[in-house]
Amino acid sequence: MRIAAPVIATALTFLAGSVLFAALGYDPLATLHAFFVAPINSTNGLSEWLLKASPLILIACGLAVGFRANIWNIGAEGQLIIGAIAACGVGLFYPDPESPLLIPLMFLAGAGAGMAWAAIPAFLRARMNTNEILVTLMLTYIATLLLSFLVHGPWRDPAGFNYPQTALLPAAAMFEPFDYSYRLNPSIFITAVAVVMMWLFTDRSFLGYKMSVSGAAPLAARYAGFRESSAVWTGLLAGGAAAGIAGMAEVAGPLGQLSPQISPGYGFAAIIVAFIGRLNAFGIVLGGLLMSLLFLGGETVQMTLGLPAALTRIFQGILLFFLLAADFFIYYRLRLPEHA
Amino acid sequence: MIPRLELRSITKCYPGTVANDAVSLSILPGEIHAVLGENGAGKSTLMKIIYGAAQADSGEIYCDGRRIEAHNPAISRSLGIEMVYQHFALFESVSVVENIALAVKGTFDLDRLAAEIKTLSARYGMPIDPHRRVHDLSVGERQRVEIVRCLLQSPKLLILDEPTSVLTPQAVVKLFETLRQLASEGCSIVYISHKLDEVQELCDTATVLRNGKVTSTAKPKESTSLELARMMVGSQLPQMHVSPSAPSAKPLLEVRGLSAPARDKYGTELTDVSLEVHGGEIVGLAGVSGNGQAELIALLSGERTHPRAETILIGGRPSGHLNAGERRKLGMAFVPEERLGRGAVPPHALWENAVLTAHRAGLVRNALVDRRRAGEFARHIIERFKVKANGPQASAQSLSGGNLQKFIVGRELTLEPKILLVSQPTWGVDVGAAAFIRQTLVDLSRGGAAVLVVSEELDELFEICDRLLVISNGRVSPPLIRKQTNREEIGLLMTRVGHGETRRSEVALED
Repeated sequence: MRIAAPVIATALTFLAGSVLFAALGYDPLATLHAFFVAPINSTNGLSEWLLKASPLILIACGLAVGFRANIWNIGAEGQLIIGAIAACGVGLFYPDPESPLLIPLMFLAGAGAGMAWAAIPAFLRARMNTNEILVTLMLTYIATLLLSFLVHGPWRDPAGFNYPQTALLPAAAMFEPFDYSYRLNPSIFITAVAVVMMWLFTDRSFLGYKMSVSGAAPLAARYAGFRESSAVWTGLLAGGAAAGIAGMAEVAGPLGQLSPQISPGYGFAAIIVAFIGRLNAFGIVLGGLLMSLLFLGGETVQMTLGLPAALTRIFQGILLFFLLAADFFIYYRLRLPEHA
Repeated sequence: MIPRLELRSITKCYPGTVANDAVSLSILPGEIHAVLGENGAGKSTLMKIIYGAAQADSGEIYCDGRRIEAHNPAISRSLGIEMVYQHFALFESVSVVENIALAVKGTFDLDRLAAEIKTLSARYGMPIDPHRRVHDLSVGERQRVEIVRCLLQSPKLLILDEPTSVLTPQAVVKLFETLRQLASEGCSIVYISHKLDEVQELCDTATVLRNGKVTSTAKPKESTSLELARMMVGSQLPQMHVSPSAPSAKPLLEVRGLSAPARDKYGTELTDVSLEVHGGEIVGLAGVSGNGQAELIALLSGERTHPRAETILIGGRPSGHLNAGERRKLGMAFVPEERLGRGAVPPHALWENAVLTAHRAGLVRNALVDRRRAGEFARHIIERFKVKANGPQASAQSLSGGNLQKFIVGRELTLEPKILLVSQPTWGVDVGAAAFIRQTLVDLSRGGAAVLVVSEELDELFEICDRLLVISNGRVSPPLIRKQTNREEIGLLMTRVGHGETRRSEVALED
């Protein structure tokens, strides 16, 4: 039944979407087609689908490591932004713009910066028992403002007609697409490796085992002598690293530079992906593909049918809502009070 | 006379097992009826069917001559059937009175209900503060809440599933008086217990279950406990062999002047506790639940650490600051009082629960869990300790309480610890398995290990311990040699009024 919930939720989301479209005066079937089929009806569509699914899956894998131990990292968006800033910084300011070391260095910078950003809530939680949900979320706003400061100020491209953006990264600092007609690039292999690592970690490793004990029965973890702080650090750093790498892959991939909006909310959407995927590596792949399709579909109906852009967020919200509701009704049964 | 409750040919199957096989029994008004059987004999399932928490596959239930159809707990309550579960069905985050209010019919008047709880619980010698939160209560205190909750309903049929396993001898006497008084007022009582002497003392009739079938009925007052035990087990009982102890020269576990504040405002402060456990001996810690046992055992196991390392010495090494994992590295193992959620992770399979503490025994290689070995380890425990389970893949929460206890005890014993801490080793375990567990504890100690047993069952402590300590209000008595002391002396120490303080344990004795 645990696996049934996401399927039921997805079906109900389609249903609720149809009702929504009908209420707005559009033919539900045609609109659903425009939303979910048209975007991936071409090679370019498929490329975009994978391109957008990749960061979602990568981040969700990292977050799920913590979620399994009840470590709630809500700030992957901020960790992604910081990772992107650090990677872009390396790409822009490394003395040799043609060095083959650029990509590996940017990868390390992105991962390191994401982890450093996540280390702040980890330290505060492990040492002072602060609430990591609040701290990670607030750090996201700080990251967003830091990005805004950099692209409006010190890092602004002098030749960029005053647009708030950095200069374009040199070619050696970018992933080379598989085909220059499309944007899909080898960074999806990073995601593939992350999925396998996540599976190995959660299903096979002793550290992953300890974290699942911490999540399922904190007293048993204490009884066995597993340190709570190690679960906190592992959970947050895994999420931070994954988000930081996703940020790096965005600037070194489709973006090529920093601007005030570098992520359409991947860090937040990945939370939903992790839960649709039942915190399981392969479930997350399916969840990421679905969520990516929602992003694409939202753009398509906006362009072709003139539907509002908020539709994507609405669909995400409906999906999460139905998922939580399906979980609830699978584990609990509602009954009217009996009158004795 | 029309029976208060009559079961006709009740059958209930679960995947893989027949829990009840054509069980019939009848209970008259005012009768105290025992249901005996080993762990997994089907007693708890039968009680759930009577209470309506589970549905029989076939068979009929009659209450006061009227057939009950489409049974459920709400119908039970309206008929006056109340049940005290073995695993308590209480909400931990709210107070006692709020818990009870949820089960009580009528208007929601917490103040009036709290007053009722106070008077009723005091009258039956089971005092509870209605405003305490359930998560702060010990297992014994939670049991009181459950019993008082049922008594408030003035039941016609009361089902008690091992009610005395966590009560003190004095509280048991009090409970029995209560039950006899209820019976004399016409209330029928179904009583499940592993303690045959209690059944003989209290019950009018007994139905014995084995592998889901009724094997015999007996009049406990006219049978010997050996006869009853044979009916349950179906074979000869194992004999205990307690050879003389040969304590090591130096203690393996030593506590020196340990004082610690209470966990919370309802906990017990530990004051200047000193004790020694030598290799080769079993030391028992007796005491009424809630007198500091939980605090002491958490400090000894390392679940709680102490800033002064030298207050707890493991093998002579200052260890107060070490956590549970580090103490286990020094050769310590521990069986906690709570099985689900502390000794085992409820949704995890048994092989995963084996890894919980046995990961040092070669179940983890290259930082990866060796599933095959973990499965073998779990299978070994299941076979050696006769755990009734659907193999290593069964989840911990699918096991009955006694069987999970066997698994946890088995896991800790298989680690061959140098120091073993055990809290309530045989709580809810049937006679055959309890004897086996006790024998294994004795054998472990005779092999040179230091064993500390915390138990509220004096019989058990007297059977296996070499020395006895008594904990009362956070203070531990000097050691008593088992052969030179007796139950009366221990009982007195358990309830002694010391240092001019009034204590809860004292209230339990008041008439």
